[in-house]
Amino acid sequence: MFASHPPLFSNPPHPREVIMLSKRFRLPNSASIDTFLAHGGYRSFRKALEMTADEIIAEVKTSNLRGRGGAGFPTGLKMGFVPRNSPKPKYIVVNADESEPGTCKDRLLMEYDPHSLLEGMLIAARAIDAKKGYIYIRGEYRYLIHILDRAIEEAYRHGYLGRNILGTGMDFDAYTHSGAGAYECGEESALLESLEGKRGVPRIKPPFPAQVGAFQCPTMLSNVETFCSIPYIVEMGGKAYADLGVEKAGGTKLTCLTGHLNKPGVYELPLGFPVDQLIHDVGGGIPGGRKLKAFIPGGSSCPVLTAKECEGLTMDYDAMAKRGTMLGSGGVVVMDESTDMVKVALRIMRFYQHESCGWCIPCREGTTWLRKMLQRFDEGLGRRHEIAMIGELAKNMLGRTFCALGDAAALPTISIVEKFYDEFERKLNAVSAPVPAPGPFPVLNDPPPLGVGR
Amino acid sequence: MLASYPPGRQRSAVVPMLIFAQDEVGSITPELVQEVAKRCGVQPVQVEECVTYYSMLRKKPLGKYHVQICTNISCLLNGGEELWKRACEQTGLGHKQVSADGMVSLEEVECIGACSWAPALQVNYDFEHLVTPERLDEILAACRKGDYVEKAK
Repeated sequence: MFASHPPLFSNPPHPREVIMLSKRFRLPNSASIDTFLAHGGYRSFRKALEMTADEIIAEVKTSNLRGRGGAGFPTGLKMGFVPRNSPKPKYIVVNADESEPGTCKDRLLMEYDPHSLLEGMLIAARAIDAKKGYIYIRGEYRYLIHILDRAIEEAYRHGYLGRNILGTGMDFDAYTHSGAGAYECGEESALLESLEGKRGVPRIKPPFPAQVGAFQCPTMLSNVETFCSIPYIVEMGGKAYADLGVEKAGGTKLTCLTGHLNKPGVYELPLGFPVDQLIHDVGGGIPGGRKLKAFIPGGSSCPVLTAKECEGLTMDYDAMAKRGTMLGSGGVVVMDESTDMVKVALRIMRFYQHESCGWCIPCREGTTWLRKMLQRFDEGLGRRHEIAMIGELAKNMLGRTFCALGDAAALPTISIVEKFYDEFERKLNAVSAPVPAPGPFPVLNDPPPLGVGR
Repeated sequence: MLASYPPGRQRSAVVPMLIFAQDEVGSITPELVQEVAKRCGVQPVQVEECVTYYSMLRKKPLGKYHVQICTNISCLLNGGEELWKRACEQTGLGHKQVSADGMVSLEEVECIGACSWAPALQVNYDFEHLVTPERLDEILAACRKGDYVEKAK
């Protein structure tokens, strides 16, 4: 239809998958409302209409659903923070600005099951008494805007959106809103700035969006996958949903397997799935029988783990936190023993340097300096004392910025320098390292062009 | 589009309006900035500041087929950088450069959300997944001849 590519899901599903969010993906014409209604669509919303707002929020709290965008904040709490008695209008905002490197899951939900997102928004709207909802989609996902616009139009025609929905007196309108290429707009407060037609720079917090969000009004802002999970919680009950996962993290998660794998892809797995099986069973193992070297659990913002640290590790928020990293967005990157970690550190930093919005100086300047230093290491021009300096510089960015982009740039860098120190050392000898100039102040020149013409 | 936003919040339409207009006009011209400012009820400078912030907005036209190759981490691990170099050599173009006939332009982009099907690229809004060097050559040849079929406009 609007998509130009072959199916994005594995067919048939992997036997270890727990099919819930992805249950309609493999149906023919899955994005249409007819398919949706024929397979249980909007049933949870009808059920939610008979529940009170408090009951819906209580179920979501019981479900242990945690935000699927990266931060993992409990969704029930977030809903509870919205002041329902506020005289201001309340808003639903969906973060569909998926752009964390390694993450490609929201695309599937919007492409194959757009109505489940609308249903999740409707249930949330019912719970916080919102009348309008916006889906903020990154500009590159143009075809998804078309798919969602068509889904919204169908929902209006069938009476699931608009005035007096299903005769209950509930009003709700949903709109898509296109971004235009800015990773920073995936950060909730920058997204709200962007939604208001400004540059996407973060706001100071608190107040959090639940109190002061879109158009300065109370807002529930969550990731696509989070909203898509809500109908299942209402349908099966919070307890049953929680039982799918582990303690303090309920349900299933779309996990994007990327990097050096025989069968990369997006798989729906319960929270708490063992990393070893993730790589060797679901992901089909590493090509050429090579060994695992490094592992990123949830997008490039997470500290990198070594193969040893992955032993006995499971994919859930708390287990990851114990190993000093994060579950993040579920964008798994697997790196085999042939990987050049200095190059990886450089590429990650180049990304953050490009995407830093420039609002906070530690991030704007820090990412630029780090990129320049890593570039020199990659070219074999690094100097020994600078290895420690990279880590030091990155540590100075932590916690010193409005949003988490500064931390997101620093954390993987610190972890790579600490855990793969020897690779930086080896790079020193790649070319005969020049003796440090005895000058008073080291001058960092702009790096030579990358590729052609950069 | 303006009606989607709450009363008095028409400024919200600035970014979507710019990007949809750019797709028709080819680039953000000074006239376009004025027009968007007028429709959204803001100062032209408030539109201009968005134009310079968002990386998909551009003041100069790009090629009819804008080939955007991802070299971010998942693509890098699967040969994205080699694809990028190959595309540069094939076309003689560099980052954000346009061919003389205006048919093709290249850009090395950040993650486009196709990580599980790396290496990936986008031709305008069309995704190309699991791109081999041979497939890249085909894509570039089709773009140069003008017969690349776009589906995701």
